Amino acid sequence: MSENIAERVRERVEAVYRAESRRVLATLIRLLGDFDLAEEALHDAFRAALEQWPRDGLPANPRAWLVSAGRFKAIDGIRRQARFDALDDVAEPVAAAGDDPAAGEGESVEDDRLRLIFTCCHPALSPEAQVALTLREVCGLTTEEIARAFLIPAPTLAQRIVRAKAKIRDARIPYKVPAQAELSDRLDAVLRVIYLVFNEGYAASSGASLTRSDLSGEAIRLGRLLIELLPEPEALGLLALMLLQESRRVARTSPSGDMVLLENQDRSLWNRDQIKEGLALVERALTSRRFGPYTLQAAIGAVHAEAPDAAATDWARIAGLYEVLMHVEPSPVVELNRAVAVALRDGPETGLVLIDAILARGDLEDYHLAHSARADLCRRLGRTAEARVSYKRALGLTRLEPERRFLERRLDELKK
Amino acid sequence: MKYICLGYMDPKKWEAMSEREVNAFVDGCFDYDDVLRKNGHFAGGEALQPPQNATTLRFQNGRVAVTDGPYAETKEQLGGILILEAKDLNHAIQLMSKHPGVRGGPFEIRPAADLTDMIRESERRRSITK
Repeated sequence: MSENIAERVRERVEAVYRAESRRVLATLIRLLGDFDLAEEALHDAFRAALEQWPRDGLPANPRAWLVSAGRFKAIDGIRRQARFDALDDVAEPVAAAGDDPAAGEGESVEDDRLRLIFTCCHPALSPEAQVALTLREVCGLTTEEIARAFLIPAPTLAQRIVRAKAKIRDARIPYKVPAQAELSDRLDAVLRVIYLVFNEGYAASSGASLTRSDLSGEAIRLGRLLIELLPEPEALGLLALMLLQESRRVARTSPSGDMVLLENQDRSLWNRDQIKEGLALVERALTSRRFGPYTLQAAIGAVHAEAPDAAATDWARIAGLYEVLMHVEPSPVVELNRAVAVALRDGPETGLVLIDAILARGDLEDYHLAHSARADLCRRLGRTAEARVSYKRALGLTRLEPERRFLERRLDELKK
Repeated sequence: MKYICLGYMDPKKWEAMSEREVNAFVDGCFDYDDVLRKNGHFAGGEALQPPQNATTLRFQNGRVAVTDGPYAETKEQLGGILILEAKDLNHAIQLMSKHPGVRGGPFEIRPAADLTDMIRESERRRSITK
Protein backbone atom coordinates (compact mmCIF):
# COMPACT_ATOMS: atom_id res chain seq x y z
CA MET A 1 0.00 0.00 0.00
CA SER A 2 2.63 2.55 1.05
CA GLU A 3 4.76 1.43 -1.89
CA ASN A 4 1.81 2.26 -4.11
CA ILE A 5 1.67 5.75 -2.66
CA ALA A 6 5.40 6.21 -3.09
CA GLU A 7 5.06 5.17 -6.72
CA ARG A 8 2.22 7.64 -7.25
CA VAL A 9 4.21 10.45 -5.68
CA ARG A 10 7.18 9.60 -7.86
CA GLU A 11 4.96 9.84 -10.94
CA ARG A 12 3.62 13.12 -9.68
CA VAL A 13 7.14 14.49 -9.18
CA GLU A 14 8.00 13.45 -12.73
CA ALA A 15 4.90 15.22 -14.04
CA VAL A 16 5.81 18.34 -12.07
CA TYR A 17 9.32 18.13 -13.49
CA ARG A 18 8.01 18.05 -17.05
CA ALA A 19 5.56 20.89 -16.46
CA GLU A 20 7.54 23.16 -14.15
CA SER A 21 11.28 22.49 -14.32
CA ARG A 22 11.96 25.28 -16.88
CA ARG A 23 9.93 27.81 -14.89
CA VAL A 24 11.69 26.85 -11.67
CA LEU A 25 15.07 27.04 -13.41
CA ALA A 26 14.28 30.49 -14.84
CA THR A 27 13.45 31.81 -11.37
CA LEU A 28 16.46 30.15 -9.75
CA ILE A 29 18.78 31.78 -12.29
CA ARG A 30 17.40 35.16 -11.24
CA LEU A 31 17.69 34.39 -7.52
CA LEU A 32 21.14 32.84 -7.70
CA GLY A 33 22.56 34.95 -10.50
CA ASP A 34 24.30 32.01 -12.14
CA PHE A 35 23.21 29.37 -14.68
CA ASP A 36 25.30 26.49 -13.34
CA LEU A 37 24.43 27.18 -9.72
CA ALA A 38 20.74 27.30 -10.69
CA GLU A 39 20.88 24.01 -12.59
CA GLU A 40 22.51 22.29 -9.65
CA ALA A 41 19.93 23.81 -7.31
CA LEU A 42 17.12 22.63 -9.61
CA HIS A 43 18.34 19.05 -9.39
CA ASP A 44 18.82 19.27 -5.64
CA ALA A 45 15.27 20.58 -5.28
CA PHE A 46 13.78 17.69 -7.23
CA ARG A 47 15.91 15.21 -5.31
CA ALA A 48 14.54 16.73 -2.08
CA ALA A 49 11.00 16.48 -3.47
CA LEU A 50 11.47 12.76 -4.14
CA GLU A 51 12.56 12.31 -0.52
CA GLN A 52 10.08 14.56 1.23
CA TRP A 53 6.84 14.49 -0.74
CA PRO A 54 6.14 10.76 -0.16
CA ARG A 55 6.60 11.42 3.59
CA ASP A 56 4.98 14.85 4.02
CA GLY A 57 2.51 14.82 1.15
CA LEU A 58 2.40 17.09 -1.90
CA PRO A 59 2.87 20.80 -1.15
CA ALA A 60 0.00 23.13 -2.05
CA ASN A 61 2.18 24.96 -4.55
CA PRO A 62 4.83 22.57 -5.86
CA ARG A 63 6.56 25.24 -7.95
CA ALA A 64 7.02 27.65 -5.04
CA TRP A 65 8.19 24.72 -2.89
CA LEU A 66 10.80 23.76 -5.49
CA VAL A 67 12.05 27.32 -5.92
CA SER A 68 12.53 27.80 -2.22
CA ALA A 69 14.07 24.33 -1.73
CA GLY A 70 16.47 25.02 -4.60
CA ARG A 71 17.38 28.40 -3.19
CA PHE A 72 18.09 27.04 0.28
CA LYS A 73 20.17 24.18 -1.08
CA ALA A 74 22.21 26.67 -3.11
CA ILE A 75 22.77 29.06 -0.19
CA ASP A 76 23.73 26.10 1.92
CA GLY A 77 26.20 25.03 -0.75
CA ILE A 78 27.68 28.52 -1.04
CA ARG A 79 28.10 28.75 2.78
CA ARG A 80 29.71 25.33 2.95
CA GLN A 81 32.05 26.30 0.13
CA ALA A 82 32.78 29.52 2.04
CA ARG A 83 34.68 27.61 4.69
CA PHE A 84 37.20 26.70 2.02
CA ASP A 85 37.25 29.93 0.04
CA ALA A 86 38.20 33.38 1.16
CA LEU A 87 35.17 34.90 2.84
CA ASP A 88 34.87 38.13 0.89
CA ASP A 89 34.13 36.28 -2.39
CA VAL A 90 31.00 34.75 -0.94
CA ALA A 91 29.11 37.74 0.33
CA GLU A 92 27.73 38.67 -3.06
CA PRO A 93 26.09 35.40 -4.20
CA VAL A 94 24.60 34.78 -0.76
CA ALA A 95 23.13 38.26 -0.70
CA ALA A 96 21.70 37.74 -4.18
CA ALA A 97 20.29 34.34 -3.23
CA GLY A 98 18.76 35.56 0.01
CA ASP A 99 17.04 38.41 -1.75
CA ASP A 100 13.58 36.98 -2.34
CA PRO A 101 11.05 39.23 -4.04
CA ALA A 102 8.10 36.86 -4.53
CA ALA A 103 10.09 33.72 -5.19
CA GLY A 104 6.95 31.81 -6.04
CA GLU A 105 4.17 33.58 -7.65
CA GLY A 106 2.57 35.57 -10.36
CA GLU A 107 3.95 37.94 -12.92
CA SER A 108 7.56 37.92 -11.80
CA VAL A 109 7.77 34.19 -12.55
CA GLU A 110 6.47 34.73 -16.08
CA ASP A 111 9.02 37.55 -16.36
CA ASP A 112 11.70 35.07 -15.39
CA ARG A 113 10.86 32.90 -18.39
CA LEU A 114 11.13 35.94 -20.65
CA ARG A 115 14.41 36.90 -18.98
CA LEU A 116 15.69 33.42 -19.73
CA ILE A 117 14.63 33.61 -23.39
CA PHE A 118 16.15 37.05 -23.93
CA THR A 119 19.38 36.10 -22.18
CA CYS A 120 19.80 32.88 -24.19
CA CYS A 121 19.13 34.85 -27.40
CA HIS A 122 21.44 37.75 -26.51
CA PRO A 123 23.11 39.16 -29.64
CA ALA A 124 26.49 39.22 -27.84
CA LEU A 125 26.43 35.40 -28.10
CA SER A 126 27.17 33.68 -31.42
CA PRO A 127 24.06 32.54 -33.32
CA GLU A 128 25.06 28.88 -32.85
CA ALA A 129 25.41 29.45 -29.11
CA GLN A 130 22.05 31.23 -28.96
CA VAL A 131 20.34 28.25 -30.58
CA ALA A 132 22.12 25.68 -28.40
CA LEU A 133 21.52 27.58 -25.17
CA THR A 134 17.84 28.20 -25.95
CA LEU A 135 17.19 24.53 -26.69
CA ARG A 136 19.11 23.46 -23.58
CA GLU A 137 17.83 25.99 -21.03
CA VAL A 138 14.42 27.11 -22.31
CA CYS A 139 13.25 23.83 -23.91
CA GLY A 140 15.11 21.51 -21.54
CA LEU A 141 16.56 19.34 -24.31
CA THR A 142 19.68 17.40 -23.36
CA THR A 143 23.04 18.23 -24.91
CA GLU A 144 22.99 14.85 -26.68
CA GLU A 145 19.55 15.50 -28.17
CA ILE A 146 20.57 18.89 -29.51
CA ALA A 147 23.85 17.55 -30.90
CA ARG A 148 22.02 14.72 -32.68
CA ALA A 149 19.45 17.10 -34.16
CA PHE A 150 22.15 19.38 -35.54
CA LEU A 151 24.40 16.50 -36.63
CA ILE A 152 27.38 17.71 -34.61
CA PRO A 153 29.44 15.85 -31.99
CA ALA A 154 28.05 16.16 -28.44
CA PRO A 155 31.36 17.43 -26.95
CA THR A 156 31.42 20.27 -29.51
CA LEU A 157 27.92 21.30 -28.54
CA ALA A 158 28.61 20.95 -24.81
CA GLN A 159 31.63 23.22 -25.20
CA ARG A 160 29.54 25.78 -27.10
CA ILE A 161 27.12 25.91 -24.15
CA VAL A 162 29.89 26.12 -21.55
CA ARG A 163 31.51 29.04 -23.45
CA ALA A 164 28.21 30.87 -23.77
CA LYS A 165 27.51 30.55 -20.05
CA ALA A 166 31.01 31.77 -19.27
CA LYS A 167 30.47 34.85 -21.45
CA ILE A 168 27.12 35.56 -19.77
CA ARG A 169 28.84 35.44 -16.40
CA ASP A 170 32.16 37.14 -17.22
CA ALA A 171 31.01 39.88 -19.60
CA ARG A 172 28.02 40.38 -17.31
CA ILE A 173 25.16 39.86 -19.73
CA PRO A 174 22.24 40.80 -17.48
CA TYR A 175 19.27 38.54 -16.76
CA LYS A 176 16.72 41.03 -17.95
CA VAL A 177 13.89 41.64 -20.33
CA PRO A 178 15.20 44.46 -22.55
CA ALA A 179 13.89 47.99 -22.07
CA GLN A 180 11.11 49.16 -24.37
CA ALA A 181 13.55 51.10 -26.58
CA GLU A 182 15.56 47.95 -27.36
CA LEU A 183 12.70 45.49 -27.34
CA SER A 184 12.07 45.42 -31.06
CA ASP A 185 15.72 44.69 -32.00
CA ARG A 186 16.10 42.14 -29.25
CA LEU A 187 12.82 40.44 -30.15
CA ASP A 188 14.11 40.10 -33.71
CA ALA A 189 17.05 38.11 -32.35
CA VAL A 190 14.71 35.80 -30.41
CA LEU A 191 12.49 35.28 -33.46
CA ARG A 192 15.55 34.55 -35.59
CA VAL A 193 16.65 31.82 -33.18
CA ILE A 194 13.20 30.24 -33.14
CA TYR A 195 12.89 30.31 -36.93
CA LEU A 196 16.40 28.89 -37.30
CA VAL A 197 15.41 25.95 -35.10
CA PHE A 198 12.21 25.51 -37.09
CA ASN A 199 14.00 25.53 -40.44
CA GLU A 200 16.65 23.14 -39.25
CA GLY A 201 13.78 20.76 -38.56
CA TYR A 202 11.74 21.62 -41.63
CA ALA A 203 14.35 21.68 -44.35
CA ALA A 204 17.48 20.06 -43.02
CA SER A 205 20.39 21.82 -44.71
CA SER A 206 22.06 18.52 -45.54
CA GLY A 207 21.56 14.80 -45.11
CA ALA A 208 19.25 12.09 -46.35
CA SER A 209 16.00 13.09 -44.71
CA LEU A 210 14.00 16.12 -45.77
CA THR A 211 12.53 16.82 -42.33
CA ARG A 212 13.61 16.50 -38.72
CA SER A 213 10.26 17.11 -37.20
CA ASP A 214 11.34 17.17 -33.55
CA LEU A 215 13.12 20.48 -33.99
CA SER A 216 10.16 22.02 -35.83
CA GLY A 217 7.85 20.90 -33.04
CA GLU A 218 10.22 22.40 -30.48
CA ALA A 219 10.30 25.71 -32.40
CA ILE A 220 6.49 25.82 -32.49
CA ARG A 221 6.37 25.17 -28.74
CA LEU A 222 8.83 28.06 -28.27
CA GLY A 223 6.69 30.26 -30.50
CA ARG A 224 3.61 29.48 -28.40
CA LEU A 225 5.47 30.21 -25.18
CA LEU A 226 6.69 33.52 -26.57
CA ILE A 227 3.26 34.78 -27.62
CA GLU A 228 1.89 33.72 -24.26
CA LEU A 229 4.51 35.89 -22.57
CA LEU A 230 4.86 38.66 -25.15
CA PRO A 231 2.11 38.83 -27.78
CA GLU A 232 3.96 41.17 -30.17
CA PRO A 233 2.67 41.18 -33.79
CA GLU A 234 5.83 39.71 -35.29
CA ALA A 235 5.85 36.92 -32.69
CA LEU A 236 2.28 36.09 -33.74
CA GLY A 237 3.39 36.29 -37.38
CA LEU A 238 6.28 33.89 -36.84
CA LEU A 239 4.10 31.34 -35.05
CA ALA A 240 1.56 31.61 -37.89
CA LEU A 241 4.30 31.15 -40.48
CA MET A 242 5.63 28.04 -38.75
CA LEU A 243 2.17 26.52 -38.32
CA LEU A 244 1.22 27.12 -41.95
CA GLN A 245 4.47 25.58 -43.18
CA GLU A 246 4.17 22.72 -40.72
CA SER A 247 0.59 22.02 -41.87
CA ARG A 248 2.00 20.83 -45.21
CA ARG A 249 4.68 18.55 -43.76
CA VAL A 250 2.99 15.24 -44.59
CA ALA A 251 2.06 16.37 -48.10
CA ARG A 252 5.50 17.62 -49.10
CA THR A 253 7.15 14.20 -49.19
CA SER A 254 5.88 11.18 -51.11
CA PRO A 255 5.77 7.76 -49.39
CA SER A 256 9.07 6.96 -51.14
CA GLY A 257 10.66 10.03 -49.54
CA ASP A 258 10.61 12.19 -52.66
CA MET A 259 9.91 15.90 -52.61
CA VAL A 260 6.43 17.00 -53.73
CA LEU A 261 6.10 20.60 -54.94
CA LEU A 262 3.36 22.78 -53.49
CA GLU A 263 1.40 22.70 -56.76
CA ASN A 264 1.34 18.89 -56.80
CA GLN A 265 0.60 18.31 -53.13
CA ASP A 266 -2.50 16.39 -52.05
CA ARG A 267 -4.20 19.20 -50.12
CA SER A 268 -6.44 16.78 -48.22
CA LEU A 269 -3.26 15.82 -46.34
CA TRP A 270 -2.76 19.37 -45.05
CA ASN A 271 -3.33 19.71 -41.31
CA ARG A 272 -6.55 21.73 -41.00
CA ASP A 273 -6.15 22.51 -37.29
CA GLN A 274 -2.73 24.05 -37.84
CA ILE A 275 -4.07 26.03 -40.82
CA LYS A 276 -7.00 27.32 -38.80
CA GLU A 277 -4.75 28.42 -35.97
CA GLY A 278 -2.25 29.95 -38.41
CA LEU A 279 -4.91 31.93 -40.29
CA ALA A 280 -6.31 33.37 -37.06
CA LEU A 281 -2.81 34.43 -35.96
CA VAL A 282 -2.06 36.08 -39.32
CA GLU A 283 -5.30 38.02 -39.01
CA ARG A 284 -4.40 39.19 -35.50
CA ALA A 285 -0.91 40.25 -36.58
CA LEU A 286 -2.13 42.09 -39.69
CA THR A 287 -4.77 44.07 -37.82
CA SER A 288 -2.07 45.36 -35.42
CA ARG A 289 -0.57 47.33 -38.37
CA ARG A 290 2.83 46.91 -36.72
CA PHE A 291 3.73 43.76 -38.60
CA GLY A 292 6.97 42.89 -40.38
CA PRO A 293 8.55 40.22 -42.56
CA TYR A 294 7.37 37.18 -40.58
CA THR A 295 3.74 38.27 -40.73
CA LEU A 296 4.02 39.00 -44.46
CA GLN A 297 5.51 35.57 -45.15
CA ALA A 298 2.76 34.02 -43.05
CA ALA A 299 0.17 35.99 -45.04
CA ILE A 300 1.63 34.51 -48.22
CA GLY A 301 1.39 31.05 -46.66
CA ALA A 302 -2.22 31.84 -45.76
CA VAL A 303 -3.10 32.52 -49.42
CA HIS A 304 -1.83 29.04 -50.32
CA ALA A 305 -3.65 27.51 -47.37
CA GLU A 306 -6.94 29.04 -48.45
CA ALA A 307 -6.74 27.85 -52.07
CA PRO A 308 -8.70 24.61 -52.58
CA ASP A 309 -6.26 23.59 -55.33
CA ALA A 310 -3.12 24.97 -56.98
CA ALA A 311 -5.01 26.41 -59.97
CA ALA A 312 -7.24 28.45 -57.64
CA THR A 313 -4.25 30.20 -55.98
CA ASP A 314 -4.63 33.98 -55.84
CA TRP A 315 -1.26 34.78 -57.47
CA ALA A 316 -2.05 38.46 -57.78
CA ARG A 317 -2.36 38.69 -54.00
CA ILE A 318 0.83 36.69 -53.47
CA ALA A 319 2.78 38.85 -55.92
CA GLY A 320 1.43 41.93 -54.10
CA LEU A 321 2.50 40.60 -50.70
CA TYR A 322 6.00 39.89 -52.04
CA GLU A 323 6.04 43.45 -53.33
CA VAL A 324 5.42 44.73 -49.78
CA LEU A 325 7.97 42.27 -48.38
CA MET A 326 10.54 43.66 -50.85
CA HIS A 327 10.12 47.06 -49.22
CA VAL A 328 10.20 45.78 -45.64
CA GLU A 329 13.10 43.38 -46.05
CA PRO A 330 14.67 43.44 -49.50
CA SER A 331 16.74 40.39 -50.45
CA PRO A 332 17.56 38.52 -53.67
CA VAL A 333 15.61 35.46 -52.41
CA VAL A 334 12.47 37.55 -51.83
CA GLU A 335 12.97 39.01 -55.29
CA LEU A 336 13.20 35.51 -56.73
CA ASN A 337 9.97 34.45 -55.02
CA ARG A 338 8.27 37.56 -56.29
CA ALA A 339 9.45 36.73 -59.83
CA VAL A 340 7.94 33.23 -59.55
CA ALA A 341 4.63 34.70 -58.32
CA VAL A 342 4.63 37.21 -61.18
CA ALA A 343 5.29 34.35 -63.64
CA LEU A 344 2.19 32.57 -62.34
CA ARG A 345 0.15 35.76 -62.51
CA ASP A 346 1.33 37.19 -65.85
CA GLY A 347 2.86 34.19 -67.60
CA PRO A 348 6.29 32.45 -67.62
CA GLU A 349 7.87 34.89 -70.07
CA THR A 350 7.50 37.89 -67.74
CA GLY A 351 8.82 35.85 -64.81
CA LEU A 352 11.82 34.62 -66.79
CA VAL A 353 12.88 38.18 -67.60
CA LEU A 354 12.87 38.99 -63.87
CA ILE A 355 14.79 35.86 -62.87
CA ASP A 356 17.40 36.39 -65.59
CA ALA A 357 17.89 39.95 -64.31
CA ILE A 358 18.53 38.64 -60.76
CA LEU A 359 20.95 35.98 -62.02
CA ALA A 360 22.72 38.53 -64.25
CA ARG A 361 23.53 40.52 -61.12
CA GLY A 362 25.26 37.41 -59.79
CA ASP A 363 23.43 37.55 -56.45
CA LEU A 364 21.94 34.06 -56.60
CA GLU A 365 24.53 32.40 -58.85
CA ASP A 366 25.07 29.62 -56.28
CA TYR A 367 21.48 29.28 -55.10
CA HIS A 368 20.03 26.05 -56.51
CA LEU A 369 16.40 27.20 -56.27
CA ALA A 370 17.10 30.16 -58.58
CA HIS A 371 18.33 27.80 -61.29
CA SER A 372 15.55 25.27 -60.79
CA ALA A 373 12.95 28.09 -60.93
CA ARG A 374 14.52 29.32 -64.17
CA ALA A 375 14.57 25.74 -65.53
CA ASP A 376 10.90 25.35 -64.70
CA LEU A 377 9.89 28.51 -66.57
CA CYS A 378 12.00 27.51 -69.61
CA ARG A 379 10.33 24.09 -69.57
CA ARG A 380 6.89 25.70 -69.60
CA LEU A 381 7.93 27.89 -72.52
CA GLY A 382 9.18 24.83 -74.42
CA ARG A 383 12.79 26.05 -74.33
CA THR A 384 14.01 22.54 -73.54
CA ALA A 385 17.73 23.01 -74.09
CA GLU A 386 17.87 26.00 -71.75
CA ALA A 387 15.75 24.17 -69.19
CA ARG A 388 18.19 21.26 -69.24
CA VAL A 389 21.20 23.52 -68.63
CA SER A 390 19.50 25.19 -65.65
CA TYR A 391 18.31 21.89 -64.12
CA LYS A 392 21.88 20.59 -64.37
CA ARG A 393 23.21 23.74 -62.73
CA ALA A 394 20.69 23.34 -59.86
CA LEU A 395 21.60 19.66 -59.53
CA GLY A 396 25.25 20.59 -59.09
CA LEU A 397 24.36 22.97 -56.24
CA THR A 398 21.82 21.11 -54.07
CA ARG A 399 23.01 19.17 -51.05
CA LEU A 400 19.70 17.45 -50.25
CA GLU A 401 19.15 13.93 -51.52
CA PRO A 402 15.36 14.25 -52.14
CA GLU A 403 15.87 17.48 -54.07
CA ARG A 404 18.54 15.83 -56.14
CA ARG A 405 16.15 13.01 -57.04
CA PHE A 406 13.44 15.54 -57.94
CA LEU A 407 15.75 17.43 -60.28
CA GLU A 408 16.97 14.20 -61.90
CA ARG A 409 13.36 13.20 -62.52
CA ARG A 410 12.69 16.54 -64.19
CA LEU A 411 15.77 16.11 -66.40
CA ASP A 412 14.62 12.61 -67.38
CA GLU A 413 11.19 13.95 -68.34
CA LEU A 414 12.80 16.48 -70.66
CA LYS A 415 14.54 13.71 -72.60
CA LYS A 416 11.20 12.14 -73.51
CA MET B 1 32.06 47.07 -13.90
CA LYS B 2 34.63 48.44 -16.35
CA TYR B 3 34.34 47.85 -20.06
CA ILE B 4 37.18 48.80 -22.39
CA CYS B 5 35.80 50.13 -25.66
CA LEU B 6 38.16 49.87 -28.58
CA GLY B 7 37.18 52.24 -31.35
CA TYR B 8 38.23 51.24 -34.86
CA MET B 9 38.31 53.34 -37.98
CA ASP B 10 39.33 53.14 -41.59
CA PRO B 11 42.08 55.78 -42.11
CA LYS B 12 41.09 56.09 -45.79
CA LYS B 13 37.55 56.98 -44.82
CA TRP B 14 38.95 59.54 -42.40
CA GLU B 15 41.20 61.11 -45.07
CA ALA B 16 38.27 61.35 -47.49
CA MET B 17 36.28 63.51 -45.07
CA SER B 18 36.16 67.30 -45.54
CA GLU B 19 37.36 69.59 -42.77
CA ARG B 20 33.78 70.44 -41.93
CA GLU B 21 32.81 66.79 -41.69
CA VAL B 22 35.83 66.03 -39.50
CA ASN B 23 34.97 68.94 -37.20
CA ALA B 24 31.32 67.93 -36.89
CA PHE B 25 32.34 64.33 -36.17
CA VAL B 26 34.97 65.24 -33.58
CA ASP B 27 32.68 67.77 -31.86
CA GLY B 28 29.93 65.16 -31.64
CA CYS B 29 32.34 62.66 -30.07
CA PHE B 30 33.70 65.14 -27.53
CA ASP B 31 30.21 66.30 -26.65
CA TYR B 32 29.15 62.78 -25.89
CA ASP B 33 32.36 62.07 -23.95
CA ASP B 34 31.37 65.02 -21.75
CA VAL B 35 27.93 63.50 -21.21
CA LEU B 36 29.60 60.23 -20.18
CA ARG B 37 31.95 62.12 -17.86
CA LYS B 38 29.13 64.05 -16.26
CA ASN B 39 27.24 60.84 -15.49
CA GLY B 40 30.28 59.03 -14.12
CA HIS B 41 30.58 56.56 -17.00
CA PHE B 42 33.89 57.85 -18.40
CA ALA B 43 36.64 56.10 -16.49
CA GLY B 44 39.42 57.13 -18.88
CA GLY B 45 40.40 57.10 -22.50
CA GLU B 46 42.92 58.17 -25.10
CA ALA B 47 42.87 58.81 -28.81
CA LEU B 48 45.67 57.11 -30.74
CA GLN B 49 48.01 58.63 -33.32
CA PRO B 50 47.70 57.04 -36.76
CA PRO B 51 48.97 53.47 -37.31
CA GLN B 52 52.03 54.63 -39.27
CA ASN B 53 53.35 56.04 -35.98
CA ALA B 54 52.98 52.67 -34.30
CA THR B 55 55.90 50.46 -33.30
CA THR B 56 55.52 46.77 -32.59
CA LEU B 57 57.70 44.71 -30.25
CA ARG B 58 57.88 40.98 -30.65
CA PHE B 59 59.90 38.35 -28.86
CA GLN B 60 61.63 36.42 -31.62
CA ASN B 61 64.59 34.01 -31.60
CA GLY B 62 65.46 34.83 -28.01
CA ARG B 63 65.45 38.61 -28.43
CA VAL B 64 63.05 41.49 -28.77
CA ALA B 65 62.54 42.50 -32.39
CA VAL B 66 61.32 46.01 -33.08
CA THR B 67 59.31 46.66 -36.24
CA ASP B 68 57.58 49.63 -37.79
CA GLY B 69 53.78 49.71 -37.92
CA PRO B 70 50.83 48.22 -36.08
CA TYR B 71 50.64 44.58 -34.99
CA ALA B 72 48.01 43.72 -37.59
CA GLU B 73 47.67 45.45 -40.95
CA THR B 74 43.93 45.60 -41.50
CA LYS B 75 41.60 47.99 -43.25
CA GLU B 76 40.20 49.21 -39.96
CA GLN B 77 42.70 50.31 -37.36
CA LEU B 78 42.47 50.98 -33.66
CA GLY B 79 41.81 54.72 -33.34
CA GLY B 80 41.22 55.17 -29.64
CA ILE B 81 40.25 53.53 -26.39
CA LEU B 82 37.64 54.49 -23.86
CA ILE B 83 37.22 52.98 -20.42
CA LEU B 84 33.55 52.82 -19.61
CA GLU B 85 31.92 52.34 -16.24
CA ALA B 86 28.64 50.45 -16.74
CA LYS B 87 26.25 48.23 -14.76
CA ASP B 88 26.35 45.32 -17.18
CA LEU B 89 26.86 44.52 -20.86
CA ASN B 90 23.40 45.76 -21.86
CA HIS B 91 24.18 49.08 -20.19
CA ALA B 92 27.56 49.29 -21.93
CA ILE B 93 25.96 48.51 -25.31
CA GLN B 94 23.31 51.12 -24.66
CA LEU B 95 25.86 53.83 -23.77
CA MET B 96 28.21 53.11 -26.67
CA SER B 97 25.39 52.78 -29.24
CA LYS B 98 24.73 56.48 -28.65
CA HIS B 99 28.41 57.43 -29.08
CA PRO B 100 28.85 59.31 -32.39
CA GLY B 101 32.18 57.48 -32.82
CA VAL B 102 30.31 54.30 -33.77
CA ARG B 103 29.32 56.01 -37.03
CA GLY B 104 33.01 56.39 -37.89
CA GLY B 105 33.88 52.73 -37.34
CA PRO B 106 33.12 49.72 -35.17
CA PHE B 107 33.53 49.60 -31.39
CA GLU B 108 34.73 46.46 -29.71
CA ILE B 109 33.49 46.22 -26.12
CA ARG B 110 35.63 44.11 -23.78
CA PRO B 111 34.91 43.61 -20.12
CA ALA B 112 37.96 44.43 -17.99
CA ALA B 113 39.49 41.33 -16.46
CA ASP B 114 39.71 41.12 -12.69
CA LEU B 115 43.26 40.01 -11.92
CA THR B 116 43.01 40.45 -8.13
CA ASP B 117 43.33 36.71 -7.45
CA MET B 118 46.10 36.28 -10.00
CA ILE B 119 48.08 39.19 -8.52
CA ARG B 120 47.60 37.87 -4.98
CA GLU B 121 48.84 34.40 -6.02
CA SER B 122 51.77 35.94 -7.84
CA GLU B 123 52.72 38.08 -4.86
CA ARG B 124 52.71 34.98 -2.69
CA ARG B 125 54.97 33.10 -5.14
CA ARG B 126 57.35 36.03 -5.40
CA SER B 127 57.61 36.49 -1.62
CA ILE B 128 58.55 32.80 -1.27
CA THR B 129 61.36 32.95 -3.84
CA LYS B 130 62.81 36.12 -2.32
